[in-house]
Amino acid sequence: MHHEEPFTNRNVSESSAYYYVDIETYPTTGWDKFKQVVKRTFNGELFVGLWVVMREMIKFDIHTVQYPLEKLPIGPRYRAVHKLLRLWESGYERCIGCGLCEKICISDCIRMDTRIDENSRKEVTEYSINLGRCIFCGYCAEVCPELAIVHGGRYENGSEQRAHFVIKDDMLTPLDLLKAGEQAEYPGFGAIIPGSDASVKKTPLAY
Amino acid sequence: MDVAFIIETIIKIVVILLVFSALAGLGTYFERKVLAFMQRRLGPMHVGPFGLLQVAADGIKLFTKEDIIPQNVVKPIFKIAPVITAATAFMAAAAIPFWPQFTVMGYTVHPIVADINVGILYVLGVMAIGLYGPLLGGMASANKWSLISAARSAAIFISYEVITGLSLLAPLMMVGSLSLIDINNYQAGGITHWIVWSQPVAFILFWIAAFAETGRTPFHLVANDHEIIDGFGTEYSGMRWGLFFIGEYANMFFISFVIAIIFLGGFGDGSIAGAFQLLLKVAFFFFFFLWTRAAWPDVRPDQLMWLCWKVLMPIAVINIVITGIVMMF
Repeated sequence: MHHEEPFTNRNVSESSAYYYVDIETYPTTGWDKFKQVVKRTFNGELFVGLWVVMREMIKFDIHTVQYPLEKLPIGPRYRAVHKLLRLWESGYERCIGCGLCEKICISDCIRMDTRIDENSRKEVTEYSINLGRCIFCGYCAEVCPELAIVHGGRYENGSEQRAHFVIKDDMLTPLDLLKAGEQAEYPGFGAIIPGSDASVKKTPLAY
Repeated sequence: MDVAFIIETIIKIVVILLVFSALAGLGTYFERKVLAFMQRRLGPMHVGPFGLLQVAADGIKLFTKEDIIPQNVVKPIFKIAPVITAATAFMAAAAIPFWPQFTVMGYTVHPIVADINVGILYVLGVMAIGLYGPLLGGMASANKWSLISAARSAAIFISYEVITGLSLLAPLMMVGSLSLIDINNYQAGGITHWIVWSQPVAFILFWIAAFAETGRTPFHLVANDHEIIDGFGTEYSGMRWGLFFIGEYANMFFISFVIAIIFLGGFGDGSIAGAFQLLLKVAFFFFFFLWTRAAWPDVRPDQLMWLCWKVLMPIAVINIVITGIVMMF
């Protein structure tokens, strides 16, 4: 029997997809054992096995993904190595140095340094994630009020040092890629709402 | 003994050694490919076209790997054990006719190193000596898995050797000769003369015993990965381990030749077509070794011994008795 339908009803009953396997009682007498051996020998079960693998060989329905040459698609919200995004129009860094990600990080792997720059704005000078500790829980991306730190899709992080991926310059979207429109954001929660430009109001200067 | 004979024999030995060493390597490639296709994988793909040069890559790796001799092993025995396996596998090939005799520039070549009159007895005997490789290697390794493997190999050996001998007895009674060439010529009349039709039971029994002889999957107890790591090969590395491997695969080829010659008519009447038929038969038996590995589970040692002693041996004896009665009347 082959069941691929979803197991909506997980209780064992007549209507559910689960069923009890019939297990015959073990033979006790010598004659019964002999009969079992004969039955199993001439049942042809071995040939069923041979046929199954031969069928798969003839069908040649290969499922191998030749990895470095082929890659499986990953979901847009895949939680791989982090990215720091920039504002779309001005190209400024989105990160305002609030430190929420540093605070919420349960494995305590985010470290940031900030300073007050010449325009009296907070500027992030250092931002690093220790990938040796990061558990990719996604809390930092979730808590970020500016949608600045997000998870990216870069899962191939083989390197001489893990740190190569997670100092600020590596994570921050380079300006030329931003201009080329390469900075990707996934739709849904945690992304810019479509048409958000129209709803932005200028702060009244009277304050 | 004249010089020409010695030179010819040496050339034959070298050719057989080279061909079957290469075939043993290619055998691993075919095994990986066939198993992969049966499991919906691709197998080796990166070295060379379709991974064909994987054999060369493996060879380079094995030859250049450090030859580690662990601290507590019995050194001389540990070192000699793989050689026994590989050497006996090739020694067994001496009495196997690989091709019908042919004439090159007026010189008749017999593609068999030594057509001795006890051919099949010699082949089986020398193949049986190959058991000492796993046995001694496993016992000398100072490793629990290896020791279990050595014990298993001895237990399996005494079980399947009985079947091999008894199952072959019936066809040999019919042929009246132990020489593989005589056995082949007995069936030269074509497909209806094959011994498999008159001795189907012996054929099945010998085939089953061949799996135990070569240690292939239903009876792959000596080096069963999921139970005893690599068995006797656990402590081996580099080319010493590679020799075990060459021995195993060469054995598979040779036992395939033996089955094809004894039961399926061998090279028939000695024509080129017959010779290629022999190669096809051997290829089928080799493929079957790989096929069963993909399809069948392994049995336990006690199940194998139960099978050999309590099922196959009585059947073999009954087969001999019936053959004898039929031949008498």
